[in-house]
Amino acid sequence: MDFNDTPEEAAFRKEVRTWLEANATRKSDDKQSFRARNDDPELLKKAKEWQDKKAKAGYARITWPKEFGGRGASPILQVIYQQEEANFLVPLGFFDIGLGMCIPTMMAYAKPEQLARYVKPALHGQEVWCQLFSEPAAGSDVAGIRTKAERDGDSWVINGQKVWTSGAHYCDYGIVITRTDPNVPKHAGLTMFFLDMKTPGVEVRPIKQMSGGANFNEVFFTDVRLPDSQRLGKVGEGWKAALTTLMNERLAVGLPSGGLDIDELMELARDTDLEDGPAIRNQQVRGKIAEWYVQQQGLKLTRYRTLTALSKGQTPGPESSIIKIVAAPKMQDMGAFAMELMGHAGIMKEDVPHAAGFQAQWIGGAGFRIAGGTDEILRNIVAERVLGLPADIRVDKDIPFNQLGKK
Amino acid sequence: MRAGLLGSVIMNFDFSDDQKLLKEQVRKFLADKCSTKVVRRVLDGNETHADDVWKGLVDLGVPGLGIPEEYGGSGLSPLEVCVVAEEIGRAAAPVPFDTSVVLATEALKLAGSEAQKKKFLTGLASGQAIGTLAIAEGPQPPRPRNIRTTFGGGRLNGKKVPVTDGEAATFAIALANTGGTGDRALSLVLVDLKQAAVAKKRVETIDPTRKHAELAFKDASAELLGGEGEGWRLLEQLYDAAAVYFAFAQVGGAEAAMWMARDYALQRQAFGRAIGSYQAIKHKLADCYVKLELARSNAYYGAMMLTEGGADLAVAAAAARIAATEAYDFAAKENIQTHGGIGFTWEADTQFHYRRSRLLALSIGGPMAWKDKLVTRLEQKNAA
Repeated sequence: MDFNDTPEEAAFRKEVRTWLEANATRKSDDKQSFRARNDDPELLKKAKEWQDKKAKAGYARITWPKEFGGRGASPILQVIYQQEEANFLVPLGFFDIGLGMCIPTMMAYAKPEQLARYVKPALHGQEVWCQLFSEPAAGSDVAGIRTKAERDGDSWVINGQKVWTSGAHYCDYGIVITRTDPNVPKHAGLTMFFLDMKTPGVEVRPIKQMSGGANFNEVFFTDVRLPDSQRLGKVGEGWKAALTTLMNERLAVGLPSGGLDIDELMELARDTDLEDGPAIRNQQVRGKIAEWYVQQQGLKLTRYRTLTALSKGQTPGPESSIIKIVAAPKMQDMGAFAMELMGHAGIMKEDVPHAAGFQAQWIGGAGFRIAGGTDEILRNIVAERVLGLPADIRVDKDIPFNQLGKK
Repeated sequence: MRAGLLGSVIMNFDFSDDQKLLKEQVRKFLADKCSTKVVRRVLDGNETHADDVWKGLVDLGVPGLGIPEEYGGSGLSPLEVCVVAEEIGRAAAPVPFDTSVVLATEALKLAGSEAQKKKFLTGLASGQAIGTLAIAEGPQPPRPRNIRTTFGGGRLNGKKVPVTDGEAATFAIALANTGGTGDRALSLVLVDLKQAAVAKKRVETIDPTRKHAELAFKDASAELLGGEGEGWRLLEQLYDAAAVYFAFAQVGGAEAAMWMARDYALQRQAFGRAIGSYQAIKHKLADCYVKLELARSNAYYGAMMLTEGGADLAVAAAAARIAATEAYDFAAKENIQTHGGIGFTWEADTQFHYRRSRLLALSIGGPMAWKDKLVTRLEQKNAA
C-alpha cells in the first residue's frame, strides 16, 4: 500500500498543475471558496469563462471521446484534474448536471447532427443544461411523473409541472421526462425529450429554500410544443433513457466542499466553558468528536479505495454508496451539536465565531439528506444492490398508470 | 467536507494480489476446518482451544508470518497478518490468534532483547509456544494505580484475571508494579506459565469459545521485557499495533454477521413475504454495511501506518479500533434481532459473533477509552 501516483498519473498531475498555476489563482487555504451564491449573475459569467478556458485546454471532460472535445482518458485522470483544481480559486458547479448527466444522455440517444450542434457549446460553458425529472407528486418514485406529452402530427404538446430543477433559472436547455401513455403501468408510459428552455409555454419560478438560497425551481409547461426530432429514445422507453441519466449521476456526485469540520469543532470545544472546564475535556464531547472524526476519515479513505480501483483500471466496488448516507446526517448532527456548545447564542447569526458556518451545516444538512436520493432511498439501494435483498413491495407494478389510486 | 479532502494523490490503497491470495488460502482452510460446528464444539466442550484448527494454521505458517526470518518466521509485513486476522474474525475461530500471534508476538518484537526474541519468537513461529498477555486484575479497567501484581528480584507475585488463553499459553507477558510512582511504577515481565509457581484456574466468561483463566503467581520466576518503568508506555504502544489487527478481526466478524443476517432475511417469510423485503430489515442491514465499510477503510489506513511506521499510527489505530468495534457490535446484535426468537437459542450460530464482538471490544480497552485516546492524539497532532 502506498499513496503514490503511477508515473503516468504523476506526469499528468504535473501538467495540470502547471496549467492551473498559469491560468488561475491558488487558494491561500483549503477553506477558501469562490462561490458565494450561485444565483449571482456575475458568478455565472465567470464560471462560463473558466469553463471555456478549461475546454480549450482539453480539461473540461477528460473521459469523453476526443471527437466530443475530451481526451478519451481514464476516469482517474479526471479525478486528478479535480483534485488539483480544488486547490485553486475557480467558479465551479454550473455545468455538472449538464455535462455529467444531460449531455451523456444526448450522446446515447440524439442524432449526430444534434450532437454536432449541442455538445461543444455545452462543453465550453456557452450553454447550460438542466434535468427536468422530479415533480410535486413524484420525488423518490420518479417514474410516477404526470407531466404529459401528447402527439399532434409531427410534434408533441407538453403540459404539466416539474420541481426541484437545479439551475433552471439560468439554463438554456434541458432534458425532460414525460408521460406519453397513461394506459400502461407507470414505467412503460414514459418518453424523454430535450428542449430549449426559452420555448413558448415554459415558465421557471425559483423556489426559495429553507436556507434562504434559491438554486431550485419549479418549471411549468403550458402547451409547450416540441418537434418529434427532439425525442430522446423510443416512445415509451423514457425510463430506460432516465436510467442512463441517473447512472451518470452516480459518477457525477461528489462530496460538498468547503464546510467546517472536526478541526473547527475541536477549536470550538477548546474555547467553550462548561460546568467542569473547557468542553474539550468533557467525555461526552470527546466521544462525539471521536465518532465524527472516524466518520470523516472513513469517508475520505473509502474514496481512496474507489480511486485505487479506478487507478488500476478496475470497476470500483460498491463501497462509495455509503458516502452520502454518512456525510449528510453527520453534517446535520455536527452542526446542531456545535450550536449546542455555544449555548443560547448558538442561534445567533452575528458576533459568534463559527456560528454561521455550523448553522449552515445544520440547515444545509436537512436538505442534503434529501437531495439526489434520500437517506431512505439510498439505504434501499444498498440493501438491494449490495446485499441482494428483494425490492420493496410495488403495488402499482402491473396497474395502468391512470388506474392507480382507484378502487 | 472541505475542498482539499481528496488530498493530492491517487495511491495504491488496497492489498496486493499476493496478500489477497494468502487471505483466500486462509479463508478456504477455515471454511473447511473451522466451521461453526467447531466453534460450537469449543463452546460446549472443555478444550482450551480448537487445537486441530490451530495446528493447521501453524502448518500454514500463520504464527510466523510477521516474525523476522532470523527467528524462524516468514518476515512478512503487518499487511499479511492483517488479512489473516480478518479471516480469523470471520470464522470466529477458537484459536489463540489475538493473544499469541498478535499481542505476545508484537510485544516481543516491540520490547524483547535479542536473547528473548531468539527464545520466544522462535517458539511462537514454530507453534511450539503460545503466548498471551496478562494485564487485568479483576473488575475494573487496568490503570497504573490499580495494578497490584509486583515484580522484584526476578520473582512475580500477584493475580491476573481474566487472561485470555491463560490455560493454553506456555508463557505470558504480565504488567507488574516494580516500584516508583505513577506510570513509571509499571513494567512488562515475561513469565513461563509451565512452572509450579503459577496456578491456573479457568474462569467463566461471556465468550466460552475463547477460554479464560485466572493466573496466580507465587514467587514465579520471571524477567523484564523492556526497561523497568517502561511497562505502561510499552503497553500503550503495543495496544496501538494490536488495535489495527483487532480491527481486521472485527471487520471479518462484522461481515460474517451481516451476511448471516442477510441470508436469513432472504429465507425467512413473514406476512407472506421474505422479511428481507421490508424496509425495517433492509435499512438495518444497510446500516451494517455502512458501518462495515467505514471500519474497513479506517482499518486499511491503520494497516498502512503500521507497515510504514507512520507518525499517524496513533490516530489511525484509534480510529480503526473505534470504527471496527462499532461495526462488529452493531452487526452482531442486529444479526440476532433479524433472526428473531430462533436467534436467541443456544442452537443458533448467531451467538458466536455476539459473544466474540464483546470480547474483542473489551480486551484491549473499550470504545469509551479509545475515543478519549483518539481525541487526545488529535489534540497533540493539532498542537504539533
